[in-house]
Amino acid sequence: MRMSKIVRFGADVLFGAIVIFGLYVIMHGHLTPGGGFQGGAVVATGAALVIVAYSYEEVIGMIRKTVLMAQESAGLVMFAGVALIAIGLGTTFFFNFLANSGSLFGMTVPFGPNPGELNTGGVLPLMNIAVGIEVWGGLAIVILYMLSGIGKTKEA
Amino acid sequence: MIPGYITTNAPALLIAVPLLGAFLSPLIGKISRDARALWVLAVMTLTALIGYLVAFLVYTEGTLLYVFGATNATLAVPPDSGGIPIRIIFTLDAMSALMVTIAVTVGFAVILYSLSSDSRRSGLEAYYTIFLLMIGAILGMVSTGDLFNFFVFLEISSLASAGLVAYKVEKGRAVEAGLKYLLVSTIGGIFFLFAIGILYGQYNALNMAMLADMIQWTPLDKLALVLVVAALAAKCGAVPMHFWTPDAYSMAPSAVTAMLVVASQASLYGLFRICFTLYGITLNYATIGWVIIILGILSMIIGVTMAIPQKDIKRLMAYHAVSQTGYMLLGVGVGLAVLGDQALLNSYGMTAMEGGIFHIFNHAMYKGLLFLTAGAIIYQVGTSDLNRMGGLGHRMKWTMIFFIIGALAIAGIPPFNGFASKFLIYESVFAFSPLLSIIAMVVSILTLASFVKVFHSVFMGPPLPGNEQVREAPRTMLIGMTILAAIVIISGVFPEFFVQNLIAPAAHALTDQAGYISAVLGGA
Amino acid sequence: MFWNLPYIAVVLLSVIGLATILLKRNLIKIFLGVSILTSAVNLFIIALGYREGGIAPIYTYAVSENMVMATPQALTLTSIVIGVATSALMLSFAVIIYKTYGTVNVDEIKELKE
Repeated sequence: MRMSKIVRFGADVLFGAIVIFGLYVIMHGHLTPGGGFQGGAVVATGAALVIVAYSYEEVIGMIRKTVLMAQESAGLVMFAGVALIAIGLGTTFFFNFLANSGSLFGMTVPFGPNPGELNTGGVLPLMNIAVGIEVWGGLAIVILYMLSGIGKTKEA
Repeated sequence: MIPGYITTNAPALLIAVPLLGAFLSPLIGKISRDARALWVLAVMTLTALIGYLVAFLVYTEGTLLYVFGATNATLAVPPDSGGIPIRIIFTLDAMSALMVTIAVTVGFAVILYSLSSDSRRSGLEAYYTIFLLMIGAILGMVSTGDLFNFFVFLEISSLASAGLVAYKVEKGRAVEAGLKYLLVSTIGGIFFLFAIGILYGQYNALNMAMLADMIQWTPLDKLALVLVVAALAAKCGAVPMHFWTPDAYSMAPSAVTAMLVVASQASLYGLFRICFTLYGITLNYATIGWVIIILGILSMIIGVTMAIPQKDIKRLMAYHAVSQTGYMLLGVGVGLAVLGDQALLNSYGMTAMEGGIFHIFNHAMYKGLLFLTAGAIIYQVGTSDLNRMGGLGHRMKWTMIFFIIGALAIAGIPPFNGFASKFLIYESVFAFSPLLSIIAMVVSILTLASFVKVFHSVFMGPPLPGNEQVREAPRTMLIGMTILAAIVIISGVFPEFFVQNLIAPAAHALTDQAGYISAVLGGA
Repeated sequence: MFWNLPYIAVVLLSVIGLATILLKRNLIKIFLGVSILTSAVNLFIIALGYREGGIAPIYTYAVSENMVMATPQALTLTSIVIGVATSALMLSFAVIIYKTYGTVNVDEIKELKE
């Protein structure tokens, strides 16, 4: 079930834009509405678009399930790991140890209308990135598994 | 002896360790199956140790607080927040500590058992991930002090349990059972969220202690309570919403079934926590108490009468689980019905609650043991049909002994633990209403009758054709059962010790609403 | 009256959702009912969080430091995430049930009834 060349070309072109937009939403999660889950879901819709445009066999060649699974686990481990580092620093689980520290993501947040200072928020951007990676892998693999289930029914 | 940063952060590690272990287990599973088994066992052992540490701290030092994301773990109300606890706060009192003890004990025995009982299965890379997630979610449910956080853990445990129930597929039947369970718990979860919204809209708070401090018993509060009771009674398998129990319990892998019992009890804990701590004496305790008592009585009677004609060993035990849930509801319901009357509470209300709570502890142990023995039998015989078993007594001696222990405990025969808790319930409920006590005794006798039948058809008589080659269950399965059987016997022989040191503090913690509030809000 | 509109919508959505769950015989339609019910509760919590004249808690747009507390939004977001997980699991179950039973009609899915 592969679509016509126009659809496939359109999907090729749009895929990059969708992924970049999703990554933008993930990276700006601590400044604007959105965040890891929303951005990850946007990226996963890119995967869904490719799956719609190409056949299941071709998609399996392009995207590997094991990579997506590893991505899902890695995102979750990063999320819990960042929360655990705080305990190592003598504070509590999920403590925002980077906020206002002056180091990575450690700037003070400016108030009022401003173009947005990415280098703020402490561990929040890290958490957003972790969740983004996890949701991207997780939703994409859910879509892939459902598609494989449908494919097998047709053969039977 | 134990480093300070571990004792301070123990409530957070209680959740973090199983979750982190769950997320890492697919990656470790890539190395080899043995590595994954070792990893899962190590994570569960660590979780159990932390759980016991938390319980020890709570029983020796009183209510334990843990504020997520604060500079200091006990800083529940920061000075700049205007007297409002804004963060997610874990509040572990003696009742939570008891539930944590139950969950980690059963969890450890069940994981040990599962490592050999499920080793033949394919697709294990996700199985242990979901299993550890479920254990983490149960621990979260019983230790959180935040309503919305409770909802999140409730949903995680529903999703994980439904996934595990459906794990074997079994020509679609297990999926059907998982689907029923998922639908009931999802709709229950949505009701629960509605209740949270109603409370939040009125009081602008999600923290249970904060809400308990402000609650007024307005008509909207009543609506919220109805939604909560409906949702959590459905999740714990009390009678009007019990239809998912036999399906889910019988189709799940046996290790999962034993853990599902604990998951149901965590919902039961939520029900009691919200009735006693959140509403406390502001609610119309006699009415709510009677509602819970009637739910309990119905569960007892319907559960046991449905159990007697069953032919599938796990389905039969599942109906008994419904029936035993009734005892817990009855005991604690009687306590709730006399909550406002200090004289009655002292004369029999506390005893009834101790009986109900002790029954939660005992039920988790002997029901887990019974499901594990059923799993061992199914593992060796390959069927769950009672009519196709028979004469297994000589082949599976240890399994038979464990089954006898579990069956006598569930029927309330001394010296096993079921007797101790049921005796407390009979005694105190008799003072409340003799009829209820008589019903409870009759149900107990019917339970015994039903288990005598099962014992006879599984273990007695000559081996049926095809069962000659049956052997004893593998050793790790037996070790898992031994742990639970030992607890059943010890807590049956020394009930006084358990009641005084574990159960009575838990019952007092449930009734002590002011203590819970001041533990979080600092006496304000 | 006008400010009660969201709550009226919540009640309507819940009734539609519950009716779909209870009356429809098709599994997929039952799942749609669950989704509608989830949307009702999400709308309910979001509507509770509305404050007239409040400032949205978005740092790059906020004109003052007094912003609305974002708790209801956070709750709704969490609820949406849980809803996604639930629907994914339910639909996967539906796929397996269709593969093994050949139907999604709940009247024909009763292997476990006794």
